[in-house]
Amino acid sequence: MKIVIVRRISQVFFFVVFLWFCIVSSLGTEWWRLRGWPVNWFLQLDPLVALGTVLTTGTLYSGLSWALAVLVLTVLFGRFFCGWVCPFGSIHHFVGYLGRRGKPLSRSLELNRPHAGQAVKYYVLLFLLCAASGVLAARILRLVFDTPPIFLALAAVTIVAAVLTVRGLRSNRRKAYGIFLLMLGFWTAAAFVIPLEQVIRSSLQSGLLDPIPLVYRSVNLVLLPLLDSSTRTLFVGQRYYEGAWLIGAVFLVAVLLNLKTPRFYCRYVCPLGALYGVLARLSLWKIGRVADECTNCRLCEANCEGACEPAGRIRVPECVLCMNCLDECRHDVIAYRTAPSASGEVLVPDMSRRGFVLAGVSGLAVIPLVRLGGGMSHSWNPEVIRPPGALSEADFIARCLKCGQCMRVCPTNVVQPCGLQAGLEGLWTPVLDFRIGTSGCQYNCTACSHVCPTAALRPISLDEKLGRGGFAGKGPIRIGTAFVDHGRCLPWAMDKPCIVCQENCPVSPKAIFVREHFATVRDGVVEVKSAEPLSIRIGGTVLKPGRYAAGDHYLKVSSEPEHQRRRIVANGEYTVSLSPEHRFAELPAAGTRVEIQVRLQRPQVDLERCTGCGVCEHECPVTGRRAIRVTAENESRTRKKSLLL
Amino acid sequence: MKRDSDEKELNRRDFLVRSARAGGFIAAAGLLGYRLHDDTGARGLSSDEERQAVLADYSVPGTSRKMSIVTGQDRVTSVRLGLEAMGGIESFIKRGDKVLIKVNAAFATAPALSATTDPRLLSEVVRLCLKAGASEVAVTDNPINDPQSCFALTGIGEAARSSGAKVIYPKQTFFRPVTLPGGNLIRKWPVLVTPFEGVGKVIGMAPVKDHHRSGASMTMKNWYGLFGGRRNIFHQNIHEFIMELAMLVKPTLVILDGITAMMTNGPTGGSLADLKQTNTLVVGTDQVAVDAFGATLLGKSVHDLPYIMKAEAAGAGTADFESLGPARVTAG
Ligand code: SF4
Ligand code: SF4
Repeated sequence: MKIVIVRRISQVFFFVVFLWFCIVSSLGTEWWRLRGWPVNWFLQLDPLVALGTVLTTGTLYSGLSWALAVLVLTVLFGRFFCGWVCPFGSIHHFVGYLGRRGKPLSRSLELNRPHAGQAVKYYVLLFLLCAASGVLAARILRLVFDTPPIFLALAAVTIVAAVLTVRGLRSNRRKAYGIFLLMLGFWTAAAFVIPLEQVIRSSLQSGLLDPIPLVYRSVNLVLLPLLDSSTRTLFVGQRYYEGAWLIGAVFLVAVLLNLKTPRFYCRYVCPLGALYGVLARLSLWKIGRVADECTNCRLCEANCEGACEPAGRIRVPECVLCMNCLDECRHDVIAYRTAPSASGEVLVPDMSRRGFVLAGVSGLAVIPLVRLGGGMSHSWNPEVIRPPGALSEADFIARCLKCGQCMRVCPTNVVQPCGLQAGLEGLWTPVLDFRIGTSGCQYNCTACSHVCPTAALRPISLDEKLGRGGFAGKGPIRIGTAFVDHGRCLPWAMDKPCIVCQENCPVSPKAIFVREHFATVRDGVVEVKSAEPLSIRIGGTVLKPGRYAAGDHYLKVSSEPEHQRRRIVANGEYTVSLSPEHRFAELPAAGTRVEIQVRLQRPQVDLERCTGCGVCEHECPVTGRRAIRVTAENESRTRKKSLLL
Repeated sequence: MKRDSDEKELNRRDFLVRSARAGGFIAAAGLLGYRLHDDTGARGLSSDEERQAVLADYSVPGTSRKMSIVTGQDRVTSVRLGLEAMGGIESFIKRGDKVLIKVNAAFATAPALSATTDPRLLSEVVRLCLKAGASEVAVTDNPINDPQSCFALTGIGEAARSSGAKVIYPKQTFFRPVTLPGGNLIRKWPVLVTPFEGVGKVIGMAPVKDHHRSGASMTMKNWYGLFGGRRNIFHQNIHEFIMELAMLVKPTLVILDGITAMMTNGPTGGSLADLKQTNTLVVGTDQVAVDAFGATLLGKSVHDLPYIMKAEAAGAGTADFESLGPARVTAG
């Protein structure tokens, strides 16, 4: 079998497996729902996920060790992942093929020439990794700062370097050393000047462009929901995701750019490809030219996916191992083997020093800069409600990939991709929106915390979530607190009975309790004309027949004590009838003032019990801006927001 | 695309062809304008009105005043004895009947918490229906929590399927506007009607639960779960609404499960401490009477539940359950 056929089979296989994992990442009882399927497998294979989280957290969470296997294979074989496994790459490959089809050979050759812009992806990678390294950098600074011998040694080296540089060094190589030493010195000096608290910031932003989280997110939050609406089989109802258009637009643009340049994303943008590219120089097996029989027909470049010029000085970091050149070459001068290419190799990515410094420094600077806004400290946004199990915000941001697995798995669709509410860093991280979902956060559900591939939502047990068993002492996990808006709540503001919120509160005993309140209805003070034990006639005001017959209205004789109220069962224009057990023992005299009152139960939230699940907010009949709303106050992931003593 | 060059003289044939084409366009434009013309503007809800649905009367003639009260601890035997005391399920379900069971699956909680219809009880009722010759049994509800989770966690989905019934999840397209003739509240309101299509018999199954707003949630309030849209606004006038529910839905049978009653923290419950063994199961054809009896299990009287008196006054049944001469049975 031809090698390219094997490659295609591999691509299709992994693509189908990927789609399958996305489909089964949903709750339900059917066999094809979430039940032990390794749905995060592609995320776990992704070395950029592994590297990013290692930089931000210093550890490799659970299944992320799979990435080590991919790293080893890359060092052996090159960028096989891009050409053979990556689901996003396969989409690009296919669409690029469609775009190229029918074009004259000269055009294809032109499209597949190496382009200087291909270096951009390395800058992207560097930027993202540096943004993730603040904490690490600060730790190193600390080490230098706090260990006098290291510090003194570095200071001495700096002085030497400075002297050498000033005295002028001719050889380029030594100049480079000089600059390196100088920067080291600068770094050391910086330890004195820079307040470390400002530098200790790192944020995992690689998920924005890392193809694996990107493709998971796009399929989970855009493609499958579109499918849901057409077939209505994957979910019972339509799934909605806030700002899905942006996620969809990014996906669409990335895919459509292939019509312009094949594998546009892989060549110019993909930080994962860049990471593999950096490693590819180490690979044992490489594509290359065997000997000199090459006629320079350049057919090998006609379908070259990586734009790496296989017959010339092959750009090893760019080669995605599509093997098309191997297949295309009529003269059998291209081979995949351990010996270096006869026509020479370019082993390192084509980056300029200036670009390198620019990307690195801006990466390091961007997170402290963004956090100057204070959103991560004092001016945290109360609308940002994280799923149960979320780590405290900074730790959460250091892990969340924005992959959307939690949003896909949530049975009620309340977990939503964040816009800018949580700051620039929080884009597409999970937040709860109780208006959009089909209910609140379900009492007996911990699905999102278990699907999260990086433990940004750490896996919690039901006992922990509900504060039962061994967790009874700690109490339940709160994601926020419900606040009743007295200006909108029907019994508080409109004299209408309601308490839907109380009814639906799933906690036992309920976190919402009610206070009874009797309010005299509008124009409800009337005078008795005549009375019978079970009814009175009134004068003056005309009542709307049946208006006070709902079981919620009472008659209060003004002169009788506060607690004595008589339930109304019916009313006509001038009559009010009472419930038999509330008959008058002593008939009120004509002219007595009586009030028609409505019995209201006004909801109150018990801070100790409310978990912020949002079921009340979801059910509140004031459906625009709800009369009871959950905000992040008192959430248990940080003591800072606690309202409890 | 090739075009005729302008230099060529316009000959007669070309002219005719062109005129014919132009004429065709003018005619088509005129026709289209005529067909699409509308001088009233949008007509609001008119399409909804056309699609309005009605719920039939599912009661079996001549059985309107039947009721049995079973004392027992085991739901399966209790319901069996209860039905036998009313002449057996065969007097309600006939061979070939399509049966719809409206359960209470409102919350995604475990069956042990008694907030929802008990799965074993459901299985037994499904089994009895099929034994009586029902051609098909379907189980439905529009729960408050996520439907998938509700049917899964309450055990209702599994119980229905394993005993041979099918579960109908509430899809958006299954709701159509319904109006209760003479009703004040139920007017063009979206109701889960698709599951009723082709159905001959309807059974309502509800547990006895405390309910802060209405006093108690039993078989009449259970029909709330057929409603869609912004149904929660009916809480403003809940007693009248429950009365209208009882007027709207005329079931073949209702089964009220008071073996374990939720005394506090209803209707969600959530703790075993909210429950009490009341060891009673009621089967009946008069939902008002059944609920009136059910109130006593919660230690309440009909006067504490205005909707019962209202439903009686509206003619949906009788609050005086003793007047039906209920059969009293004890199940071991
Ligand atoms: S929190 Fe959600 S989006 Fe973020 S990594 Fe975990 S599963 Fe993915
Ligand atoms: S559900 Fe909304 S309107 Fe009703 S009582 Fe609660 S907060 Fe008020």
